[in-house]
Amino acid sequence: RDFNERCAQCSEVNWGLTDGGGFYCRSCHNVTERTTEAASTDFVCNSRIQTVSKGLTKQEKAGGGCEWYVCEGFQLILKKQAEALEALGVCPQMKDEVLCNFWRRYLQKTKQAYCNTSAGETVKTLSVCDSSTDVDSEPERPSPLQLLSLSESEGDLQTDSSFASSISKVSESTSVCSGSVDGSLYFMKNRKEKLRMTMPMTLSFCYMALLWLREPMTLSDLLRYVVEGHIPYLNVFQHFPEKMKLYGLDLKIFRVESWPVYEEIYNKMLELAAFLDLPRFPDITDSCFLHPDMLCMKYLMEANLPDELHDWTCRVVKKIRIGEVDFLTLVPGNKSTRNVKYDVLAAAVIVVVLKLLFLLDDHYEWLLSDIAEGRNKNNKEGGLYFEFKKWYKVIKCSLDVKQKKLDEERAKYLWRCEKVLFYSDKKKPKVLKRRQTVVNLQNQFGKLSGSVLPAEKPNPSSFQLRWSEENTDGSCFHGHSLKGVLQEKRGLLTAKNPEYWLCTVKLCNEKKCGHLAHYREVDFPQSYHFIIRLFSFLLRIQPSYIHDEVCVIEHKLFNKKLCKKPRYNTGLRK
Amino acid sequence: SSHEYKLNFKKSKEMCLSYIQDAMLQKQWKKAAEFLTFYIESLEKDFSTEYMSPSEMIWRIGTEILCHHSHSSMREFNFFTEQMKSLGVKRYLKVCLEHTFHLLCNGLIDEAYQNLSLSESWRFGEQTIIHDKEMKLIKAYRGLLDYYNWSKQKNILLEHGQDGFEDLSVEQEMHGCFRKAALNLREIITVPGVWDLFVKCYVDLLEFYGDHNEARQVLNEYAYNSKFPANPNAHVYLYQFLKRHGESKKSLISVLKILHDVVPSHELMIDFNIMLQKSKKRKRRRLGLEVIFAVLDYAGWKENVKAWSCLARQVKQIVISEKHLDWIKQEWNSRKDWWPAFHFSRYSAKRNWQENESLSYEKALVAGILLGKDCKYFRYVSHQGCKAQVKRFRRLKKFVNKHNPVYLRISG
Repeated sequence: RDFNERCAQCSEVNWGLTDGGGFYCRSCHNVTERTTEAASTDFVCNSRIQTVSKGLTKQEKAGGGCEWYVCEGFQLILKKQAEALEALGVCPQMKDEVLCNFWRRYLQKTKQAYCNTSAGETVKTLSVCDSSTDVDSEPERPSPLQLLSLSESEGDLQTDSSFASSISKVSESTSVCSGSVDGSLYFMKNRKEKLRMTMPMTLSFCYMALLWLREPMTLSDLLRYVVEGHIPYLNVFQHFPEKMKLYGLDLKIFRVESWPVYEEIYNKMLELAAFLDLPRFPDITDSCFLHPDMLCMKYLMEANLPDELHDWTCRVVKKIRIGEVDFLTLVPGNKSTRNVKYDVLAAAVIVVVLKLLFLLDDHYEWLLSDIAEGRNKNNKEGGLYFEFKKWYKVIKCSLDVKQKKLDEERAKYLWRCEKVLFYSDKKKPKVLKRRQTVVNLQNQFGKLSGSVLPAEKPNPSSFQLRWSEENTDGSCFHGHSLKGVLQEKRGLLTAKNPEYWLCTVKLCNEKKCGHLAHYREVDFPQSYHFIIRLFSFLLRIQPSYIHDEVCVIEHKLFNKKLCKKPRYNTGLRK
Repeated sequence: SSHEYKLNFKKSKEMCLSYIQDAMLQKQWKKAAEFLTFYIESLEKDFSTEYMSPSEMIWRIGTEILCHHSHSSMREFNFFTEQMKSLGVKRYLKVCLEHTFHLLCNGLIDEAYQNLSLSESWRFGEQTIIHDKEMKLIKAYRGLLDYYNWSKQKNILLEHGQDGFEDLSVEQEMHGCFRKAALNLREIITVPGVWDLFVKCYVDLLEFYGDHNEARQVLNEYAYNSKFPANPNAHVYLYQFLKRHGESKKSLISVLKILHDVVPSHELMIDFNIMLQKSKKRKRRRLGLEVIFAVLDYAGWKENVKAWSCLARQVKQIVISEKHLDWIKQEWNSRKDWWPAFHFSRYSAKRNWQENESLSYEKALVAGILLGKDCKYFRYVSHQGCKAQVKRFRRLKKFVNKHNPVYLRISG
């Protein structure tokens, strides 16, 4: 990096780093004996990940800090996240190979490292706080206030007005502060590169790696673990080494003040995969966890529904061909196929199956249930028939309890950590004093709460609801039979229910209005709501996403019928 | 209801607040404290665009919790207040004041005094000027406590005086308190506002030291200066002062007249009527009748014997003199539609007779004159009274019968 000697062999000055930390000439691959300084390994967590190849002088800045680039910060974060995932059972390949290769590729693509030219515009650093007297005459250099309004920190739509006012008081000559070297660059408009790294994108990276490895973790699982604190995301910057000082605009980059949103992470992942020019991802076959057959089984168990329903989900999957490898596997950049959200898909399939068998029009399912109840009372042999009513009561009870608990957790969510961040040195004393007050008050009222134990982090678990057949209270429905709702016709088992209602007669144009369908509670039966609500809770996503997927599946399933009849009824004969 | 699975800082604190609110409404102080603990970190985030800032919320909520929580103590409260004081310059004096009130409510007068003195010495650049009003209040309350001390010293002196002791140090201290109190009390009552307590104390001080002129001026200002909000008490204080100093009937009457205009149902109206009835001037007697009728328009006086006896006396006197029956007619005109149901129903008659014989007597007299001997009220009460052989009821019956034609002239 700072190594400017000419190569002994070819006289070029074009050096790269070997794995061992030595220099080699890129032109002729001559290896020198010079090695990098020990200090440079500070931020290298994994010796296989090379640090940013442009001149990183780890000089001590005044105040014990050193120079660091934003992408180094993100690199650290990704490493932490990968470690956490490994602790959750993800294979070590994820951390050691897949994720770091993706990251390396990202750095290459964004010309931050691993490339021959260090693009001038990205490297130019703005003068730090207490130096320089005149502003560069770059035409598009924004004023400090503009930089603030360009901030894209997730969810933090309010610019900190105290910060803004302090910046406005700063004279024009001093520039915006950030602990990182290029923090302020992050908000410059004229940056040609797309896909600037953000905190939510770290999760997109993680998910992309998980998907590549076909790990048994869906995106909703991942995001749930994040919110529950098993994967570092909120306040992960507290793990930065001491020397990496974080302040000023760094806060807007690294501080998180909202929960990750499924859609956002998912879409970014797609964008990222395309941007990195990744090839077709490894095939999702029917032995993969993410295959709808597998996921349906998992969700059926979790929803306490009879195992027998699995046959039906498989049938639907097969019929509409959503179990096929080409449908399920991600091909980055392919805009013609609609991309698959595995968890949402599986949930929607189950919803459709329930509609097929139980109709869910607020009448028929109760009718069937009463019949099953009658039969169960009189005849205990041959196992119990599934009673929708009983199941509803059990699930509603559990769901309400869980939902209430979740709401309380949301109200009690703590966003700040022990490490205090400052926008500038000037603000430091005030911020620290404020922190002291906060701690005092928390202690005072904490004591008055009457020995409330601190909320324990729930153990990470793939299943949020558990049902065991060993429970004698009959609250587990896995083994119940669907005989009550099925009949034999020409040697085949079909549903007794002859009808079906479509959620929507016509799908919207997703590009125009952003949705395929419009979910409004008033329009649909209560039972349908309930089922949607259940899966909405399990996946922690808006009910409308599941509803949209249900609509799509229905339209595939009844495609022929829909195409034939120009005039639709909302009811359909199967 | 659709459940959101998104969450950000602001939203989670909003949710937290609603849990706190629920807990407080249900008086679950432990739960409120618990959720407040999670709300507190919002102090570190800027919410300056919001209507009410987190620090204000926390101050109000925290105070409420500490007032009611079983494990709370004065020490807890003091600690909390210290934190609140450090939270914001703009609220500093308000917090001090509230702290003082709290101390006073808990009987910690000395601590309250110290607190006020400390607050008085607070200075903070331009904020000092902006919060001039709060500062005046603080000084005023300290003045009040000075008055309280003065009062204590005074009582000690009086006691000693009785015993024949002289106590110079106590006397000096007393005068010292007086000076301090007078200064601050005077200051606050020049600001338009409602300062009943301060005015009373100040006037008390002035009277003690013989400065009647100043006292009178203060009270006049307080009652008559249009910049001050309308305050019936101001007139009451002025009246009481004038009465104490033996002022002329004329001045007393003019003060009470204003009070009558503002609060016709005031208890002083009884005294007012008595004063007016005795007057030789016709106008005043006329006013007296107006006053007493007005009083009895109000439900609170319905069963007040004194009020009815005043009215009865005056009505009787007019009837006997056979002069100024038109006064009664005028007063009765606007009341004849609703007073019968309001005061003179058969049900009232029964009740009054059972519960309060004197009341029924007075009322019966009035009813008999205004509504005639055949009205429900009079008939019932006089019948009962005569049956019970109470002398005055017989006299009453005779009187009303005798003057029945009056009724006819009134109602006509």
